Amino acid sequence: MADYKLLGKNYQTPDLYAKVTGRSKYAEDFRAEGMVFCKLLVSPMPHARVLSRDTSAAEALPGVVGILTADDIPEPSSATSEASLTDEPRYEGEPILAVAAVDEQTASEAIELINLELEPLEFVLDPLDSLRPGGPNALTAETEEGGTVRINTMRGREPGEIKWTEADVAGLAPGEIPMNAEATAEWEVGDVAAGFAEADVILEENSYFQSLSHQPLESRTTMAYWDGGKLYVYPSVQSTARSVGPMARYAGIEPSDVVLVNEFTGGGFGGKISGYAQAQIPILLSKKIGKPVMMRVTRRDETSFGKARPGVQARIKLGMRRDGRITAVEIHAVGDGGPYGRSGDHMGVGNIGSLAYQPVAMRMRGTGVYTNTPPRGAQRAPGGEQSMTMLSPIIQKAAKQLGLDQVEVLKINAPEGQARFGPPGRDGQQGNVSSAFAREAIDKGAELFNWRERIQRSGRRTGSKLTGIGVALSSFAAGASGVDGLFVIKPDGRMYIKSGIGNLGTGSTFDMMRAAAEGMEMPWEKCEVAWGDTSRHLPWSCSQGGSSTTHAHTRANWAAALDARQKLQEIAARDLGGSASDYEIGGERVYRRGNRSQGLSFARAAQRAIEIGGKYDGHELPEDINGMTTASATALASQGLMGVAKDNFEEGGRRMSFVAGFAEVEVDTETGDVRLIDYAAGCDAGTIIHPKTFEGQIFGGAIQGFSVALSQKWVYDRRWGLLVAKRFYSNRPPGILDVPHEQPMKWAAANLPDPFNPLGAKGIGEAAQGAGSGAVVVAIADALGEENGNFYRSPITRDMILTQLEQAPRGHDRLTAHV
Amino acid sequence: MSQEIIELTAETTQPGVSRRNFIKGAIAASAAVSSSNYLFRANGGAVLAQSPAAGAVERLITLNINGRSRRLEVPPMETLATSLRYKLGLTGTKIGCDRAECGACTVLVDGVPHYSCSLLTHTVRGREVTTIEGLEAEDGTLHPMQQAVMEEQGFQCAFCMSGFIMNTVALLEDYANPTRKEAAQWLSGNLCRCADYDKILTSVMRAAAITRGA
Repeated sequence: MADYKLLGKNYQTPDLYAKVTGRSKYAEDFRAEGMVFCKLLVSPMPHARVLSRDTSAAEALPGVVGILTADDIPEPSSATSEASLTDEPRYEGEPILAVAAVDEQTASEAIELINLELEPLEFVLDPLDSLRPGGPNALTAETEEGGTVRINTMRGREPGEIKWTEADVAGLAPGEIPMNAEATAEWEVGDVAAGFAEADVILEENSYFQSLSHQPLESRTTMAYWDGGKLYVYPSVQSTARSVGPMARYAGIEPSDVVLVNEFTGGGFGGKISGYAQAQIPILLSKKIGKPVMMRVTRRDETSFGKARPGVQARIKLGMRRDGRITAVEIHAVGDGGPYGRSGDHMGVGNIGSLAYQPVAMRMRGTGVYTNTPPRGAQRAPGGEQSMTMLSPIIQKAAKQLGLDQVEVLKINAPEGQARFGPPGRDGQQGNVSSAFAREAIDKGAELFNWRERIQRSGRRTGSKLTGIGVALSSFAAGASGVDGLFVIKPDGRMYIKSGIGNLGTGSTFDMMRAAAEGMEMPWEKCEVAWGDTSRHLPWSCSQGGSSTTHAHTRANWAAALDARQKLQEIAARDLGGSASDYEIGGERVYRRGNRSQGLSFARAAQRAIEIGGKYDGHELPEDINGMTTASATALASQGLMGVAKDNFEEGGRRMSFVAGFAEVEVDTETGDVRLIDYAAGCDAGTIIHPKTFEGQIFGGAIQGFSVALSQKWVYDRRWGLLVAKRFYSNRPPGILDVPHEQPMKWAAANLPDPFNPLGAKGIGEAAQGAGSGAVVVAIADALGEENGNFYRSPITRDMILTQLEQAPRGHDRLTAHV
Repeated sequence: MSQEIIELTAETTQPGVSRRNFIKGAIAASAAVSSSNYLFRANGGAVLAQSPAAGAVERLITLNINGRSRRLEVPPMETLATSLRYKLGLTGTKIGCDRAECGACTVLVDGVPHYSCSLLTHTVRGREVTTIEGLEAEDGTLHPMQQAVMEEQGFQCAFCMSGFIMNTVALLEDYANPTRKEAAQWLSGNLCRCADYDKILTSVMRAAAITRGA
């Protein structure tokens, strides 16, 4: 384990002072001279066509400054693309037009004065309704011949229609998926039939995972204005460098004409990774009326178009051998793609499951179905969260039936080293991970949680309460690569590091800059980080999604540090004789090996870099850095010694991290209440860079997992296709009393470096969630016992528990959506 | 906010109308505003100078914000959160739901935590309002909770932070030595979507320790 001065240590991120004093500005906090406000007229129906619009009375209202409609928006690229405004809304709450006025009250009144003639269209809420013979379809598309075709799915990029056949549904009970029905995607590894033949226990269950909104506390409020042909945009996005391109696209201009200011974002969880269609509204409206436009997105609107996780309805068959090894898994999964498609999550159930549990043989088949519900997007571990939550209770049940310890079963099936997983590629081989210390993570967690002792409490009754103990292993993506690092050491001896990483609160905006400082052996007090405003010359960075940042930017910043070190050594050799390799770096000096006095201070070397020019001060730049980095570095030339490089370090496979979650719950058999007594996590995320922000991801993710397991969902009025649970009180994220709060929760990390990152670090934010939801679902099953404890449906709400215990009729089948 | 816009709009579209006359006209007509919402939509239109209607509500009010007297133009239906954010430049108080569901807008009124999104600005006349911007001392010394958050790296996106901090300030005024459980109960009206509760509670316990002199 390397001995770092900065990495692995806690420190105060430079944005904390602004945050605690209320000086930090989020999108809605910016003001511009002459700024007006826009409000949105949204669809009252789940699917409709606007036959006519009369906005004359609205436009005549004093104080109204302008209106933007679908006529002002460029044609979307395809029938299934999301546009910012539309005359054929495909979900309740989709924006149809926007009104700008001097204040929100005026804009709202203007909207009331608009007359719309709407034709209601066929709509779909539950994907299975659309797949059943004769079922409705969510969309229509125009054919090249000028006709219309009804579509409910996508095959690759082609819209299409799939209906289960009469043969598929013959003998099918309600709440079941026909395993062999047509699918739009499939893959297979190994011999599944042989795998089931070898199994000593085979379980087959239909399982439901709910759609749920991201609900960031800050909505996607956006402010925009134009000045001198440039767009100035203040969105609420997760990424900084990566959001410039989308904003430019919405505006129809070149990225170099965009200035994006986003220093603080109030949460995203995947719903705002690098932009969102609705940002186009203030962008085009401000251009149209020549005034800055603030589009404040209300909580209700955020629920409508703020993205949601695709629900999954799946049939899962799993075979386990008596020694605990999973010999075969077969899955048919249906994904709810919303109105604009998001086809990956339901396949992720298989992809991520194949990594975490390494089944000997596997067949994964799936179909994404369009519905007239809020648009879907990636939400913290897209596909992986569903995978862990749906598979964990099945694995646990098999283990119990075989009399095996659940922790041992997870370890037996855990990946290690560069394990293979997922669909085979063109060469017939599956891809592999760069590193997997899953067993170590499980062991760390089990020790911290005191598994051996606690599992003795399994099913113990105290009055009306039953104790349940559960464990789940979760995995998800943990790192991108190939982006750039950029910093300048100036003649004042200070290091000015540029961060293109968005600040949505993970800390990585700054944590990853510590890698550059570490590489220069620079005291952190002498470092300044520029972030959040693209006019500050930021480098090309990865998206803040997919838990990519930690891995990508430790590598990129280390590359920039190596570049600067080489340059320092060359400058010293040039001035003091010898060759670059005769010199070394330390204590803010570059000096002859073994002779500190024969050298230059960083400050002096920075001055020399400016005098020499060329590559030393950024006049000549590497050829392989991204155009954004080139532009930024060019603007920084002549300021000092520049470290700039692309991450070209070797690749060893897909980066994935692992979290083993352990939960103790107490289920009240009289009220159905599930209380979380304790939670602990063991992790593999490679080298830990900043323990406190790491902890924030472990527990933040786990708690979001708890709400998946216990409380959050949509409820729909099925007749009108309208969402009932629109706000926090009706779709409540976990509060402080819903989680263990009497004592701090615990975590431990294996802290073993990924061998392909020079600093060994991997991401962590997403793997953390499945550990929480999986462990709680398993713990509830443990408390209630095999007969009553397995629901194969999330969330597990009080009424479900009581209905089960009382053997009362359920009112809906296993797979019914949104009830 | 609308006041500034109206002033600018009036200047650019009606050169004959001076700011002074406009404001005088606005005050004179303020009594009429409660019955007519159309005054502050200048758009080049003339100021409506109607005689005050009986029982009309005055719009130019004085508030005590962070220990200072501030005079501002506020329609009776405006919420404190909106007045703070759009008329006083105090954007540290956030709007998360605008319906008393999340607590992001928590401020103190006479030391008691309130959801400012659900408080009419007119109802805090004559009372002391404290926001996140008013916590630090004149010399910049931070409140113990602010200090503690920095030491413990509390919060993630921090959109909920000012609400939590204000609520904690009130907690520590009443209880110097809360247990972690008591602190959680006190703070249960504040939602953190990043779910940083564990670190938040650690920060609160640290703040209590700092308050006690530890």
